[in-house]
Amino acid sequence: MYGYYLIIVLAPLLAAIIAGLAGKQIGRAGAHWVTIAGVGISCLLSLLVLRNLFWGGAEAENISVYTWAVTDGLRMEVGFLVDRLTALMMCVVTFVSLMVHIYTIGYMHDDPGYQRFFSYISLFTFSMLMLVMSNNFLQLFFGWEAVGLVSYLLIGFWFKRESAIFANLKAFLVNRVGDFGFILGIAGIVTFTGSLDYAEVFAGADAVAGQNIEVIAGMPWNAMTLICILLFIGAMGKSAQAPLHVWLPDSMEGPTPISALIHAATMVTAGIFMVARMSPLFELSTTALAVVIVIGSITALFMGLLGIVQNDIKRVVAYSTLSQLGYMTVALGASAYSAAIFHLMTHAFFKALLFLAAGSVIIAMHHEQDIRKMGGVRKYMPITYWTALIGSLALIGFPGSSGFFSKDLLIEAVRDSHWHGQGAVYWISYLSVLLGVFVTALYSFRMFFLVFHGDERMDAETRSHLHETPAVVTVPLVLLAIPSAVIGWFTVGPVLFGGYFGEAIQVNSAHDVLKHMGDAWHGSFALLTHSVVTPVFWLAASGVFTAWFLYLKRPNLPAAIRQKLLGLYTLLDRKYYFDDLYIKGFAAGGRSFGRFLWRKGDELIIDGLLVNGTARSVGRLAGVMRHIQTGYLYTYAFAMIIGLTMLLAWLIWLR
Amino acid sequence: MIGLQHYLVVSAMLFVLSIAGIVLNRRNLILLLMCIELMLLAVNFNFIAFSRYLGDDTGQVFVFFILTVAAAEAAIGLAILVVLFRNRRSIAVQELNTLKG
Repeated sequence: MYGYYLIIVLAPLLAAIIAGLAGKQIGRAGAHWVTIAGVGISCLLSLLVLRNLFWGGAEAENISVYTWAVTDGLRMEVGFLVDRLTALMMCVVTFVSLMVHIYTIGYMHDDPGYQRFFSYISLFTFSMLMLVMSNNFLQLFFGWEAVGLVSYLLIGFWFKRESAIFANLKAFLVNRVGDFGFILGIAGIVTFTGSLDYAEVFAGADAVAGQNIEVIAGMPWNAMTLICILLFIGAMGKSAQAPLHVWLPDSMEGPTPISALIHAATMVTAGIFMVARMSPLFELSTTALAVVIVIGSITALFMGLLGIVQNDIKRVVAYSTLSQLGYMTVALGASAYSAAIFHLMTHAFFKALLFLAAGSVIIAMHHEQDIRKMGGVRKYMPITYWTALIGSLALIGFPGSSGFFSKDLLIEAVRDSHWHGQGAVYWISYLSVLLGVFVTALYSFRMFFLVFHGDERMDAETRSHLHETPAVVTVPLVLLAIPSAVIGWFTVGPVLFGGYFGEAIQVNSAHDVLKHMGDAWHGSFALLTHSVVTPVFWLAASGVFTAWFLYLKRPNLPAAIRQKLLGLYTLLDRKYYFDDLYIKGFAAGGRSFGRFLWRKGDELIIDGLLVNGTARSVGRLAGVMRHIQTGYLYTYAFAMIIGLTMLLAWLIWLR
Repeated sequence: MIGLQHYLVVSAMLFVLSIAGIVLNRRNLILLLMCIELMLLAVNFNFIAFSRYLGDDTGQVFVFFILTVAAAEAAIGLAILVVLFRNRRSIAVQELNTLKG
């Protein structure tokens, strides 16, 4: 399989290089053919790897490809760890990437940066594969930063737009905060285990958990707790968890295919994947898991609420992504790693679908993104309508859809975890995910009704051009709608309860809520029939009903409610003032601090006092000293003779 | 009987005379050059006196060298002097204070 892995990784890279460097020579068609071929090969081989692991009985492989450097016993390697967790991620990444590649042909049809775009998304696929297939922390960090870089490049793809530049800089800076924590966590791992290799680190994890570290003198912290929280800060940046979530909504400045691929389906789930991969470490620190679950709960509920007041079609989906990432994080915190990864997978399909459907509407509306100017699109775009409906139903967890299985069981896992007997943490997380269901249904169907149903609020010019998008757009929609609808049915049992992940995810048996749930598992159909009596179903249904009532039945009501609850509305509209805090607080504070250092430190002390000050004092001293110089020869001669005499006198008498 | 110390006294007198010439002379640059020559001769005097006294001829060889170098130096000095005179129309020492700080 060794050769396969290399091909899987290198095919998209090669395609990216060809499309990027020789874009002019191969032309637009050449660029999309070469990149689609590269990603297609990766996708096929990934499916093959998954098949071999799942049905072929192949063992997980941990191979070192290349040793980059060895310093002081620390090996820096490039290597692949391909187990079932990796294989699942590889398939999700390459499949969604392939769909997005095809879709891009339609979406970016008239864009002058066509080849550049294809080069970037292929490069992204390469980076993401490096991240998920890594067998050591160094390569993980490489992939982590590489996807961050490509994300930066793609958010700012339309680099002539002021807002795009602002957004990509913001994404980059906020991610730096997370990455700083991440690299500190890796440094902690190297300090305590002396290795970067997953297998060695996990083998030595128990020893680390017994040690303390005094970061602040006199305050010993458990080493594993510190490492895990630092690693999770990295995940918070990449997976946009509160309070490092602010970059994700702004990243919607990038082209829609990117929002689907990077900012919904794959890159933002890297943090979730990383925590699941580090499950042997996180399992050793209950404190770190508490941090994870609380952060996840806050993100899941409060970011969902923001989705209700947004009017930009992509931003609604973006806040929905934030909220769903919060759900996954909650599952991680409840030690239900498999549930998190399962939700990651279903989410990748239905959220990519929703984004691409939103993009399809945007194309048809001539790049209009405001849902207040849409409505009644249903009859013009039937394929987009039906696929978006499937995506929305999956998102709210409609019984039978893929999202139903993942979300329902995720919530059940949180409920059953009882969170180590910690009442406060338990209720925060459980109530957040429950209320989140209602909120999810409300904002999803608010958007859905406003876009596809109701009055046609677009201008006549747009309406006359409104028609279904071409096949390159609709085919990926259909191909994504199929897994969104049905993949839950036959994967839920094996993935969550069948021990699919094997050794890849290790859960302390005391926390193992999924195993507990597995004992009561009677197959997908039983869950389906059972679902109507769960609060989850009724919350989702009431969310949809509320959306229908407010936006179709009584379209005047939302404005009235807004007037009544103006304070709350403003709070949501201003996104809890996070942006203001960061921009006016940290960014402006940083700038004024930098300005202070520049004015006082650099200009005054270093330039003024040290550099120019030295020169000036030498000049002043010289001004005094020069009066000794008369310029007359005899003065100098006399001085020489006096000196000579004194020297002689010293030689003769004083020595 | 004229001994070593007589020679040394003469030499010292010559040396001091030349110093006095350098320091006191304010008018003529040629005089200054001549004083330098005189200083060298005073040193030569010492060499010869010691050479004779110690019975070692090396000192006398040194004197020849010094005389040669002094001649060359005098030639250069006078050449510079001529150029200086051309430029400034004067060789008075008290007017040469361009190095004044």
